[in-house]
Amino acid sequence: MMSSTFDQVATIIAETCDIPRDTITPESHAIDDLGIDSLDFLDIAFAIDKAFGIKLPLEKWTQEVNDGKATTEQYFVLKNLSARIDELVAAKGE
Amino acid sequence: MQLEYFQLIDRIVALDPGSRSITVEAQVPQQSTIFEGHFPGYPLMPGVLLIEAMAQTSGWLLISLLKFERMPFLAAVKEAKMRTFVTPGETLSIEAVIAHEGSGYAMTDAKISVGGKLACNATLTFRHVPFPNPDLRGHMEAMAKRIGYPQQASS
Repeated sequence: MMSSTFDQVATIIAETCDIPRDTITPESHAIDDLGIDSLDFLDIAFAIDKAFGIKLPLEKWTQEVNDGKATTEQYFVLKNLSARIDELVAAKGE
Repeated sequence: MQLEYFQLIDRIVALDPGSRSITVEAQVPQQSTIFEGHFPGYPLMPGVLLIEAMAQTSGWLLISLLKFERMPFLAAVKEAKMRTFVTPGETLSIEAVIAHEGSGYAMTDAKISVGGKLACNATLTFRHVPFPNPDLRGHMEAMAKRIGYPQQASS
């Protein structure tokens, strides 16, 4: 069985940022809970882009958060990040 | 190279948007105050400046791909290896290729060769943002002209 998007993302985060895998849950906020800063997140984005064949729209997300149109939870809580990845993967096949 | 102005690239030899690669040339000066300290009686081009030269080379490639609309800034240096000594007067051939283009960031693989031999290499990460002010953009455009930036490259 293919591992879930969350499992893949959690593994990427654990390996990229040297965070124990068992501390990473679907409810974890990458920034607030796991302490990942924006530079480290570039490495995660790179690994996600490669693994899923997508391009995480980090600039758009950042702009939306800065403009108050979105919250960081929508993009950086891992279950939500995983859902966004699934959407991008689905959009790729359209 | 004009080390005192941090201008480490002399000339763009080739810039190919298709293969997303660039090759530039740079000559290490014979004289510089830097060599008085690094090291007394044994002048060597500092590794950090070789990394900067690879970053500037990658930067021109990125500026080209970003159509002179955005400015890349060095954000991370990975797997940097200084394989041989680089000494005053040597001519460097510096190459960079895009390893990944993300949203607002990019990674390049860059290397420096001297006399056909690999001297150093690194994987570099850049964040890029719209030019923060017109002055900087004007300065970069003027510098592009000076180092032989091919005009058709960003059209």
